[in-house]
Amino acid sequence: MLKIRNVESGYGKIRAIRQVSMHVEPGEIVTIIGANGAGKTTLLATIAGLVKASSGEILFGGQNLGAVSAPKIPFLGCVMVPEGRQVFATMSVEENLLLGAHVLHKEGRAAVEGLLEHQYQLFPVLRDRKTQLAGTLSGGEQQMLAMARALSSRPKMVMMDEPSTGLAPLIVKEIFQIIVRLRDEGNTVLLVEQNAKAALAIADRGYVLETGKVILQGPASDLLNNRDVQRAYLGREKID
Amino acid sequence: MTAELFVQYLFAGITYGSIYAIVAIGFNIIYNTTGIINFAQGEFVMLGGMIAISLLPLLPLPLAIGVAVAVTMLIGALMEMIFIRWLKNPSVLRMIIITIGISILTREAAIHIWGENIRALPYFVGNEISTISILGARISPQVLWVVGVCGVMVVFLHLFFQATSVGREMRACAANRMAAILCGINPRNMVTLSFVLSAGMGALAGCVMSPITYSQYDMGTGLAIKGFTVAILGGLGNSGGAVAAGLLLGAIEAFSVSVVPLAFKDAISIAILLLILFVRPHGIFGSAEAARLKTF
Ligand SMILES: Nc1ncnc2c1ncn2[C@@H]1O[C@H](COP(=O)(O)OP(=O)(O)OP(=O)(O)O)[C@@H](O)[C@H]1O
Ligand SMILES: [Mg+2]
Repeated sequence: MLKIRNVESGYGKIRAIRQVSMHVEPGEIVTIIGANGAGKTTLLATIAGLVKASSGEILFGGQNLGAVSAPKIPFLGCVMVPEGRQVFATMSVEENLLLGAHVLHKEGRAAVEGLLEHQYQLFPVLRDRKTQLAGTLSGGEQQMLAMARALSSRPKMVMMDEPSTGLAPLIVKEIFQIIVRLRDEGNTVLLVEQNAKAALAIADRGYVLETGKVILQGPASDLLNNRDVQRAYLGREKID
Repeated sequence: MTAELFVQYLFAGITYGSIYAIVAIGFNIIYNTTGIINFAQGEFVMLGGMIAISLLPLLPLPLAIGVAVAVTMLIGALMEMIFIRWLKNPSVLRMIIITIGISILTREAAIHIWGENIRALPYFVGNEISTISILGARISPQVLWVVGVCGVMVVFLHLFFQATSVGREMRACAANRMAAILCGINPRNMVTLSFVLSAGMGALAGCVMSPITYSQYDMGTGLAIKGFTVAILGGLGNSGGAVAAGLLLGAIEAFSVSVVPLAFKDAISIAILLLILFVRPHGIFGSAEAARLKTF
C-alpha cells in the first residue's frame, strides 16, 4: 500500500529524516516509535505532502506522492490525524466531520451521511455533541473527533500522530481499542507513538526511529522483546 | 433638534454606515482566510462604480452594474493571483506594503482611464429631487436601495458561510489551515475566492452608492480608512460586529454635522480609530478571546 524508499526530508538546512525506507501493507497496523525529536512527525508530514521530500520515493498504491500537492493527497485515500488533534475549533462537531468527508463531495449527500453515521457508531460521544463547538470538547473527545474526521473520508490508509498524548489512561485504552477495531474492519493504520509499549502491543509491525534514521524494524512482538527497545523506549532498564 | 431632522440625520447615518459595514466585511473576509488586511479594499468600491458608469452608454443600468461587479471580481482574482498567491509565508508588514502598493497602482490606472472627473450613476428610481416621506423626513429612494442592497449582501454572506459547503471550507481554512489541507481543501483557492467575494461586495456597494456619493478615481482611500476603522471597531474578522460598528460610525458622523463643522467629519473616524487602537485594539464588539477565535 505504502512504500517509502530512501526518503530524505527536513526543514531548510535541518535534515530531520535521513534515508528512511519502510512499507505498509493493506490491513496492517504499523507503528513508528522513537523519542522526542526523532523525526516521527516529520516523516508523516512528508508522506502527507506538508513537508516536501528532498530525495527518495514515496509510493502510495503505486502512485508517486512526491508529485502530488498536499491537498490532493487525501483524495488518493491517504489521510493523517495530526499531532495535537488540530480540530476546527470554531466549528461544530458535525461540521468537522463534513469537512473530513470533503474528498467525497462528488459522491453525494447520502454517501456522506452514511459515513458520518458510521463515525457516530464508532465514537458515540460525538453523536451527543454534534452541534457543540469542537474547541469546547475535552482532550479525549477532540482526539476522537480528529480520528473520526480523518475516517469520514473513507481512507485507504490512515496515519495517526501520537493519538494518546495528554490523555488519561482510560481514554488511551479506549483509543487503542478503536484503532484495533479499525484494523479488524479492514483499515490500514500507520501509527506514530511515544507510548511504545501500547503501540507495539496492538501493532503488527514496527519501526524504531532515532535522529531521523530507522535503526530497528520487525514484527511488533520481536521489538517488544528486543533488549535495546526495552531499555530505550519501554523503560525497563532496571528489570533484567 | 426636530424629530424630522433627527430622522434625516439618522438615515444619512444608516446610509453611510451600511457602506462602511460592507467595506469592513470585505476586510474581514480576506483577513479571516489570510490574516492580512487588504488595503486595496476601497479600490473595489471605486472600480465597481466607475466601470458601471463607463458601461452605461452601452448597457441598461442593471446589466451595467452586473457586468461591473463581475469585472471587479475578476480584477480581485487577478490581484490575488499576481501579487499574493506566490508569496510563501509573507510577513504581515510585507503584505501591508503589497496591498498598499496594489491600491496605489489601481488608483493610477483609474486616473489614466477615467481622469479626475467626478461621475455618478443615475438614480435607480426617480432622480435627485424625488423623495419619499418617512416619519416626516424626506428621504431619497436611493437611500433605501443602499441600505437594502447592503442588508441583502450581509444576509447572503451569512448564508453563504454558514449553509454552503464552499463557505464551510473557507471557514475551515480560517480556523485551521493545516487541518484544512489534511481534509483535501486547497487554502490557496479559498484565498482567491475571498478576494473575489470581497471585490464583488465592494463593487456592488460602489454602484448603489454612486448616485448619492458620486464616484471618483481616489474615493477608495477614504473608504478604506473608514472601513478599516469599522472593522477594528467591530472586532477584526467579526462581520456581525462590523455591521453594528458601521452603523454606529455612520450615525456618529451624521449627527456630528449638527455640532462640529462639516470639514471635521472625516477627522472623527480617524480620531475614533486611533482611540480604539490605543484603548481596545480588539474592538468594542469583539472580545480579546473572540479575536483569537476568528469567525466570519
Ligand atoms: N517546523 C520546523 N522547523 C524546523 N525544524 C523542525 C520543525 N519541526 C520539527 N523540526 C525539527 O525536526 C526534528 C524532528 O522533529 P519531529 O517533530 O519530526 O520529531 P518527533 O519525533 O515528532 O518528536 P515528538 O515525539 O516530540 O513529536 C527535530 O529536531 C525538530 O527540532
Ligand atoms: Mg511529533
